[in-house]
Amino acid sequence: MTDMPYDRAPGDASPPPETRSATRSDAAIYTVGLAVAVILTGTSFWVTNTSLIWGPGVPLGLAVLAIAQMGIHLVFFLHITTGPDNTNNVLALAFGVLIVFLVVAGSLWIMTDLNNMLMPGRELMDLRMQR
Amino acid sequence: MNVAVTLDEIRPDALPIASEAGPPPKRIVVAYGFWIFLLSDIVMFSALFAAYAVLVRATAGGPTGAQLFNQGSVAIQTAFLLASSYACGLMSLAVGAQRRDRTYAFALVTFALGAAFLVLELREFAGMIASGAAPQRSAFLSAFFTLVGCHGLHVTAGLIWLSVMMVQVAVKGFRATVQRRLLCFALFWHTLDIIWVWLFTFVYLMGVLP
Repeated sequence: MTDMPYDRAPGDASPPPETRSATRSDAAIYTVGLAVAVILTGTSFWVTNTSLIWGPGVPLGLAVLAIAQMGIHLVFFLHITTGPDNTNNVLALAFGVLIVFLVVAGSLWIMTDLNNMLMPGRELMDLRMQR
Repeated sequence: MNVAVTLDEIRPDALPIASEAGPPPKRIVVAYGFWIFLLSDIVMFSALFAAYAVLVRATAGGPTGAQLFNQGSVAIQTAFLLASSYACGLMSLAVGAQRRDRTYAFALVTFALGAAFLVLELREFAGMIASGAAPQRSAFLSAFFTLVGCHGLHVTAGLIWLSVMMVQVAVKGFRATVQRRLLCFALFWHTLDIIWVWLFTFVYLMGVLP
């Protein structure tokens, strides 16, 4: 923040583009991101099909892998960093993640509650079994 | 009089650095605004994801995800979209370096991989509808087609946008407006890949679990 009064635009690779031309290291950032993303994706497909892992733990493992891969994409492809010139981008992202969490978790919580408590005869009235 | 002049001279130094420098360059303002749009788009997708999660067992006696989804096809789709995102990143670097030939080459790779992804997805949809698993069959299939179809529509829009941008590069060259639009396109394309990560994890992989 000392020499740069402005934020960095989301998606911009490291220092401002006008001060230097793209170098080999910029491409290396994308390549590292691609390599890690491929490894994580391969692990996801392996976890789904292996019998080595305790069955009920598989969805949790897949969720963790997805979160990790989202982080890889954000850091290596979208160039979101923890630097002070990225504070606004990170804050907007954090707010978006909060809303996403509220929408998904809230919907699932309410609909599960409705199924469990409000409807008589779960076999007959289970919303999830209706058309 | 003398005092007033001195005050005028001191004043700018007391202001914070950002205000002194004036508003940020348009590139930053535009990209930040587009970033906020993308986050709102992600919030919209989260609503579709929530609807899918609620309705995933409402198959109404029809086919379930485990019977419909083909992991091999999903793996190839994932590979296409990831490689397309990588090519888009390299295209951004070529744009930054103002290299026209490399920009066209990587844009072509980005477009071809994105189009291949879309073809596979449409083939999957057509196969499902032909086997009686159309959106109107069950609430599960309605939610599935809405969620995955919405992502497919975004990819389609991205392909059209990329074509338009290449025409703009050809006609207008790398002027500032074109560079800003290309930055926004790169943000859009990478974000679509993030959404696909959640799609293949929650819809396809968790769908085929026993």
